[in-house]
Amino acid sequence: MSHHLVSLSDVVFDYPDGTPALRGVSFAIHHGESVGLVGANGAGKSTILLHLAGVLLPRSGEVRVGDWPVTPKTLAQVRRSLGFVFQDPDDQLFSPSVGDDVAFGPLNLGLPDDVVEERVVYALERAGATALRPRPPYRLSGGEKRAAAIASVLSMSPDVLVMDEPSAGLDPAARRRLIGLLRSFEHTKVVATHDLDLVLEVCARTIVLRDGRVAADGPTASIFSDEALLSDCHLEKPLRLQSCPRCGPR
Amino acid sequence: MRTDGIAAALAHVERLDGLARADSLAGRLDPRAKLATTLAFLVTVASYGRYQVTALLPLALFPVAILTLGDVPLAPILIRVALVSPLAILVGIFNPILDPSPIGSLGPFVITAGWASFASILVRFALSVSAALLLVATTGLDAVCAALSRFRVPRVLVVQLLFLYRYLFVLFGEVSRTLRAYALRSPSHPVPRVREAGALLGQVLLRTLSRAQRVHAAMLCRGFDGELRLRRPLRARSADVAFVVTWFAFFALSRAFDLPRLLGNAVAGAVR
Amino acid sequence: MHMSDALVSPAVAGSLWAVTAGVAAMSARALQRDPDDRRVPLMGVLGAFVFAAQMVNFSIPATGSSGHLGGGLLLSALLGPPAAFLVMASVLTVQALFFADGGLLALGCNIFNLGFLTCFVAYPLIFVPLSGRAPSRMRLAGATVAGAVVGLQLGSLGVVLETVLSGRTDLSFSSFLLLMQPIHLVIGVVEGSVTAALVLFMRESRPDLVSIGATPSPKPGPPVRRVAAAVLLAAAVAGGALSRIASAKPDGLEWSLAHARASAQTGPSAGPAGEPSERRDTPAGLLFARLAPGWAATAERPGNVGPEAPERASSSFSGILGAGLTVAMIALLGSGLRALRRLSRPAPLQ
Repeated sequence: MSHHLVSLSDVVFDYPDGTPALRGVSFAIHHGESVGLVGANGAGKSTILLHLAGVLLPRSGEVRVGDWPVTPKTLAQVRRSLGFVFQDPDDQLFSPSVGDDVAFGPLNLGLPDDVVEERVVYALERAGATALRPRPPYRLSGGEKRAAAIASVLSMSPDVLVMDEPSAGLDPAARRRLIGLLRSFEHTKVVATHDLDLVLEVCARTIVLRDGRVAADGPTASIFSDEALLSDCHLEKPLRLQSCPRCGPR
Repeated sequence: MRTDGIAAALAHVERLDGLARADSLAGRLDPRAKLATTLAFLVTVASYGRYQVTALLPLALFPVAILTLGDVPLAPILIRVALVSPLAILVGIFNPILDPSPIGSLGPFVITAGWASFASILVRFALSVSAALLLVATTGLDAVCAALSRFRVPRVLVVQLLFLYRYLFVLFGEVSRTLRAYALRSPSHPVPRVREAGALLGQVLLRTLSRAQRVHAAMLCRGFDGELRLRRPLRARSADVAFVVTWFAFFALSRAFDLPRLLGNAVAGAVR
Repeated sequence: MHMSDALVSPAVAGSLWAVTAGVAAMSARALQRDPDDRRVPLMGVLGAFVFAAQMVNFSIPATGSSGHLGGGLLLSALLGPPAAFLVMASVLTVQALFFADGGLLALGCNIFNLGFLTCFVAYPLIFVPLSGRAPSRMRLAGATVAGAVVGLQLGSLGVVLETVLSGRTDLSFSSFLLLMQPIHLVIGVVEGSVTAALVLFMRESRPDLVSIGATPSPKPGPPVRRVAAAVLLAAAVAGGALSRIASAKPDGLEWSLAHARASAQTGPSAGPAGEPSERRDTPAGLLFARLAPGWAATAERPGNVGPEAPERASSSFSGILGAGLTVAMIALLGSGLRALRRLSRPAPLQ
C-alpha cells in the first residue's frame, strides 16, 4: 500500500510576532513508513508536528492526514487517527493516575466502558507500562513517564504516531527500551529529534529541515553520510558513525 | 503555614498521598462514608458547650480508630497539629486573661471559666485538625473528589481540585528551583525582596501559562471537547453503611451524655 | 487568617457554608454560560501556581517584615471573578485538607473571607475603578495595593465577626477588631506590593492576558450587584432565623454553670464582663445558646450534667476521674488495635 497517509503541500506558517517559521514545506509519508525529522533548533520541527495535529493551522498550503485535509472542521477526525507524544510528558499526563490518562482518549471518543477498559489494558501492555497503571504521574521516573505518555496515545488506536523529542531526558537504559519499543510499532511514525542515533536505529527515512524549508529528504543512511549537507544544516553525523572506519575519519 | 519551606510542604503532601494510596482497612472504606462521618464528627465537636472539656474526650475515639485502622503513623499527625496550633492559641489565650471567674476546683487549684473555655478550644482544635488530616491520609484527594462529585458539588470545582493537585508537585518544584537559583546568586540576602517578586514569580507564571497552553493542546489532541469525563465507580458496601451508622450513633450518644462524668461517678461509687 | 474549627460554632459555620456554596454554584453556572475549553487546564495550573507562590516570603528591606502573594486579585485579573473565586476555593480546600490551614467546618468562612471578598468585592469595586483605562505604573501599583488592603481589611473583619458570633472567645468585638485590623493593614500593604510587582511584570510581558483598563473582565460574570445582594440576603436570612429562635433562656448547661459560678464566688468581682448571666445576653451568648435547639432539650434529660450542675461543678473529682479513665481507655484501645494490626499483617517482602 503506498497511498499517502500524511502529507504537507507547500505549507507556510509564521509565528504570532511575524517571524517566518515554515517557508513552503512539502513532503509525503506513506503507510507504515518510519520517518525522522531532524534539524537545528528553530528549524521548524516542532512546528510541523503541531500542524500535523491541527494545533496550528498554516497560513497557506495544505496538510493532510489520512483521508482528511486538516481544517478546523476536521480536527476531531484527524486527532482520532493521529497520536501525538509531546516533548514534556508532564504536559501530557494531567490526570490523577496513569490509568486515568490512558483512559482519557477513549473516554473522549465516547466509547463504552468495557471497550475503554480493553483499550487501556492493551495500550499499557504495548508500551510496557502495565505496572504503572495506578500510579500518579508525579511519582514516575523520566522513562516511566515517557512510557505512560506513549500508552496514553496508543489507547486511541491511531494510524500515525507523531513524537517530539521522545528520548530527551531519558537515562541510557530507558532510552534503549524506548528504541526497542519504537522499532516494534507497526504504526506510521514521524519522530522529530536531536537524537540522530535514535533516528539511525528507528527511521528508514529522514527529512532534514533548515530555516523552515526541507533541505533533504531520503534514506537515512545516505543522508547521514553526507557530511557537507549535515554541517550546512548545523548538524553532525550520528555518534555511531563518527569513528566508523568505512565512512571515513572526520 | 508559611513557615514551611517549600520542600518540607512538598514532602508533607507526598507523605499524606503515599499513606492514602497504601492499602489499609480504613482505606478500603467508601470515601463518601469517610467524608460524611468526618463532617458529622466536626459538627459534633463544634456543637459542644463553650466550657465543656472532659465531655469532649470520648470523641477522641474517632481519630484514634481511624489512625489505627488506616495504619497512619502518629508522629506526622501530632507534628502537624502542633505546627498549626499557634493561631488558635493566640485567640484562645485571651479567655483566661479576660475571664477569671471561677467555676470549679481541682484539689487546691481553682479552675476559672477562662481556663475552661481555653482548654475546650485546645481539645476541640486537636480533635478537628486530626480528623481532617486523617481523612486525607486514609482517602486521598482523588477519592475525596469522587465523593464530592457524588454529593453534587459542581463538576467544574471537582475538576479544578484534581488538576490543581496534579500540577501542585510540578509547580512546587519550579518555584523551589527558582528560589534556589536566586539564593545561590545572592548570598548576602537569600530571601528575595518585594521588588524582585515581579521577575521571580513572573517568570514562573509565564512558564505556567505556556504549560497551560501545552496541556490544553495535549488534551485537544486526545479528543477533549470541554467536558472532562471521570470514571469513578463507587459502590457502597454494608461495611460502609455500618461504619456511618455506628459512628453517627456514637457521636449523638457522646453529645447527649457526659460520658466521662458518668464513668467517673460509676467508678467512684463502686470504690466507695 | 485562616479560621480554625475550634473557634466557630456550627451555626456560623453553616451560614457561611451556605453563602459560599451559593456563590460557588453561581460562579459555576456563569462559567457554563461562556464555555472555553482552555479554561480547564489554565485554572488548574494557575491554582497550583498560586499555591506554590504563596509559600514564598518576600522581605521588605529595612523593616524586617515580609509577606507573600495573596492570589485573589491576580487571579481575577487573569481569569475574571467567577473563575478566580473557584480557583481560590480549590486552593483553600487543599490547604485545609493537607495542611490543616483552616478547618473543614470553617472552610466556608475562609473561602468567603479570602475568596469572595477579594474576587467579588475588592477586585471589581476597588482595583478596577482605581486602575481605570491604560493606567501608569504608579497608578496600577497603587490600585493593586489598595485592592489588597481593602480585601484583607474586609477579610479580617469577617474573621472577627465570625469568631465573635461563634461565642468561643471572651474577646469583645471591639477589642478583637482593634487587634486584627492594624495587623492586617500591614499584611495588606506587603501582599499588595508583591501582587503589584507581579501585575506590572505581567503587563509588560503579556499585556494580552491581564485585563486591566479596557474591560473589567474578559469573561461575563454574574453582575456584582446581584451577587452582593444575594450574599446580603443569605446572611440576613441566616442571621434572622438564628436570632428569631434565640431566646434569653440559655441552655441547661450554661444556666447551671452560671449558677455555680455565682455560688462559688467569694469576692465582689465577677469578672470584667459583669455577672455571668449578662454575658449570656450578648449576641455571641444568645446565638451560642441557640446553636443546637435540639440539644438544649437533652440538657434536661437525666444523666446530663445540666440540672445537677451547681453541686457537681464545685466537686469535679469524679469528672476528672472519668476523664482520666476515658483517655486511658482510648489510648489502650488504640495501641491494642495497632499491635493487633501489626501481628496480623504478613511480614514485609524484602
